[in-house]
Amino acid sequence: MQFDFSDDQKELRDGVRRLLDQRCPISVVRAVADGEAGHSAELWREIGESGFLAAAVPEQYGGVGAGYLELCLVAQELGRSLAPLPTVSSVYQASEALLIAGSDAQKAAWLPRLASGAAIGTVALAERPGETTPGAIAATVRGGKLSGVKIPVADGIAADLAIVLAKDEAGGQSLFLADLGAAGVTREGVKTIDPTRKHARLSFADTPVEPLGAAGQGWALLDRVRDRAAVLTAFEQIGGAEAALFMARDYALQRFAFGRQIGSFQAIKHMLADMYVALELARSNCYYGAWALSVDSDTLPAAAASARVAATQAYQLCSANTIQVHGGMGFTWEFDCHLHYRRSNYLALALGGASLWESRLIAAIRPRAA
Amino acid sequence: MNFDDTPQEADFRARAAAWIANNAPFELGPELDVSGFGHLHLHSVDRIAAAKAWQKKKFDAGWAALRWPREYGGAGASPIEQVIWSEEEGVFGKLSGPFNIGFGMCGPTVMAWASEEQKRHLLPRLAAGEDIWCQLFSEPVAGSDLAGIRTKAVQDGDPGSEAGAGDWIINGQKIWTSGARDADWGLLITRTDPTVLKHRGLTMFFLDMKSPGVEIRPIWQMNEESVFNEVYFTDVRIPDAQRLGEVGQGWTVALTTLMNERMSIGGSMPTGFPQLLDLCTQIETENGPAIDDPRVRSQLARFAVRASGLQYSAFRSISALSRGEQPGPENSIGKLVAGAMMQDIARFALDLEGEAGLLQDKELAPDRARFQEMLLRSPATRIEGGSDEVLRNIIAERVLGLPADIRADKDVPFDQIPTAASAKR
Ligand SMILES: Cc1cc2nc3c(=O)[nH]c(=O)nc-3n(C[C@H](O)[C@H](O)[C@H](O)COP(=O)(O)OP(=O)(O)OC[C@H]3O[C@@H](n4cnc5c(N)ncnc54)[C@H](O)[C@@H]3O)c2cc1C
Ligand SMILES: Cc1cc2nc3c(=O)[nH]c(=O)nc-3n(C[C@H](O)[C@H](O)[C@H](O)COP(=O)(O)OP(=O)(O)OC[C@H]3O[C@@H](n4cnc5c(N)ncnc54)[C@H](O)[C@@H]3O)c2cc1C
Repeated sequence: MQFDFSDDQKELRDGVRRLLDQRCPISVVRAVADGEAGHSAELWREIGESGFLAAAVPEQYGGVGAGYLELCLVAQELGRSLAPLPTVSSVYQASEALLIAGSDAQKAAWLPRLASGAAIGTVALAERPGETTPGAIAATVRGGKLSGVKIPVADGIAADLAIVLAKDEAGGQSLFLADLGAAGVTREGVKTIDPTRKHARLSFADTPVEPLGAAGQGWALLDRVRDRAAVLTAFEQIGGAEAALFMARDYALQRFAFGRQIGSFQAIKHMLADMYVALELARSNCYYGAWALSVDSDTLPAAAASARVAATQAYQLCSANTIQVHGGMGFTWEFDCHLHYRRSNYLALALGGASLWESRLIAAIRPRAA
Repeated sequence: MNFDDTPQEADFRARAAAWIANNAPFELGPELDVSGFGHLHLHSVDRIAAAKAWQKKKFDAGWAALRWPREYGGAGASPIEQVIWSEEEGVFGKLSGPFNIGFGMCGPTVMAWASEEQKRHLLPRLAAGEDIWCQLFSEPVAGSDLAGIRTKAVQDGDPGSEAGAGDWIINGQKIWTSGARDADWGLLITRTDPTVLKHRGLTMFFLDMKSPGVEIRPIWQMNEESVFNEVYFTDVRIPDAQRLGEVGQGWTVALTTLMNERMSIGGSMPTGFPQLLDLCTQIETENGPAIDDPRVRSQLARFAVRASGLQYSAFRSISALSRGEQPGPENSIGKLVAGAMMQDIARFALDLEGEAGLLQDKELAPDRARFQEMLLRSPATRIEGGSDEVLRNIIAERVLGLPADIRADKDVPFDQIPTAASAKR
């Protein structure tokens, strides 16, 4: 047993951190928040060229074939810097869906472009309020043409490719691959709680699509994609949680009230200690998830759900409390606290909400009747 | 990152499992299973005799005090082998209960501070289950504020001038001393100089618990047991050779004990989660087993990630330890999380049991009253060995670098520090 990242992997992490410190200062995040674009195209290009997004993509499809452990650390740094990039949609979900379910031709057509960042993929699932379940899917494919409306779709304005869950002709639900340049696609930006990763409504009217993976297997495939995406997203969440924690710590050291640093009041100290505890528990769960993902362990469903549940909690707690520690300043647009608060609450919903993952976790670890 | 056993680790695990399968007292298994954390309960046999027998058997076969060097009765094993052993030993590990303070705190302190001769004498006896140790730190006036202890040690004349000269004479009182009645040795912190700053006037000893002048009075606990005690000292003599560290260096010695306490208590604490998971599959509701109820699942998942988070955090510490890193203040997390969790889990389990959750009779209560006993024991975990508040302070100050609390006793000689008594005057 060696339950830590290797020195080489930590070096890679430090490299990503340095690059993001330079190329993704908070002004870049804020430019996206204040602007129309769904993400920072310049940063996306740069990160794409660096090969970091392609860590887990095999070399034959244009990746660097390093592995998931490396990609986890990249995700952590992206989360720490609040990178306004389509990672959850394109890297953790669309690429993974292609790797899991794509034909050779589909992989060859899309993976190299996704790996380099030349193209952006997304997953289009939800249609209406409430947890997305089979009964909530109305989008339908007939004769190879998709009709229906998906909302909210992450990075839906910029995406080149959408993986869509829809009813098929046999009455099952399947995944389909939609080239968003095709006919019948309408996109509309929608306002969401996190303007640094924008979303859209995608309407399809007889849009030509191809099946992705076996017919009727939509949910089963999606579950596998989500397990992988959950681990990677959890690393973004702990990266963000750590940034929020240290932002609060630094402010508590610098702000004086009642003649002392507010960080000398136990109420503040203990709040920060609880944030640290939540973060470390989440980090440990994430490490296990990373390992399970990297070896495709049988325990991946439980490991992914644990990482996801713990990381969601930790980021939500840290981002809420960082506002609290900042007092009135924390409630301003100008201070960065709300960017973490927004991001944490977006990521909490990005792959299905907390109760979904809590239930998946218990389903995975539930003792079987003897 | 590798979670699987290496071939060597797998070999160690197989040997451990085989030895346990052939040697463990399986007849005690069911009783051990429901024996709670914090105190070994056995009804069919004498618990101390059973604990000593298992320890001796392990010692004779080379499975005792795994991480200690061989010359002190240990097996020279790696931190990871220790973890593997605990996993394999399972419920029989609870038989080590009476030795935990010895292995976890007193032993490491002796190892760091005693003479070579003392170490070669005392440590193998501990490893073999021959001696039980207790920790004589807390006093009525000083728990969290350990450096505020008052038990007095005064040296009797010049060492070597005549028989007994140079001995230390102890007067005072300790409290909350777990296992004092079973103990052969005690690790004792005393005040040797009340006129200097409180951390500077302390001196550490180890003491034969059968010494004349030691009086032990059991304390009845809120959970209807008596594990902890008051210990009174009236002119108890301790040879100067049983001093650990220099006169006035007691605080530094105590830090060795406390650092190891964190590691040993926090590293592998039970939380009650696996048992709760089982309970949730057994309790029936209108819609099938409780575990399939979405609200139950939500709460259960929150416990699950804390339990797995603690387990994997312990693995991270072990990996760091294997690389030669020192256990740091981040290990304070273990007890802080597990203590509150046991209490929360007990309440949640009782709620699931409905009105039957009130029953504490082992023959009638669900799961032989496991969760009722946990409810009544768990408050102690949040206090003993560093309260929740003290642990949060440690994390805030030593991990996150926040300022220390403002202290009323800073830069004040011990005998001038305000107390409850001086406040009344
Ligand atoms: C929406 C909004 C509307 C407001 N409207 C008004 C208004 O109309 N008029 C007006 O005058 N003010 C107004 N305020 C200001 C508000 O009263 C202050 O924000 C509040 O008193 C906190 O002060 P602060 O922001 O300086 O934070 P600080 O006092 O710097 O506090 C920062 C953090 O330290 C903690 N802290 C501070 N002292 C202690 C202590 N002794 N012990 C433990 N923790 C401590 C705080 O709880 C907080 O978590 C408004 C604030 C908001 C958010
Ligand atoms: C079951 C059990 C077994 C024990 N076994 C032993 C043993 O074998 N040997 C031994 O020496 N001791 C033992 N103890 C004693 C234990 O270490 C002390 O109880 C503990 O250190 C707390 O001290 P106290 O009880 O005096 O409480 P206090 O220190 O008086 O604390 C009372 C409350 O005040 C809080 N508090 C105190 N200081 C601060 C602060 N600076 N900031 C914020 N809050 C604070 C505490 O968190 C607590 O909530 C045992 C205790 C228990 C419950």
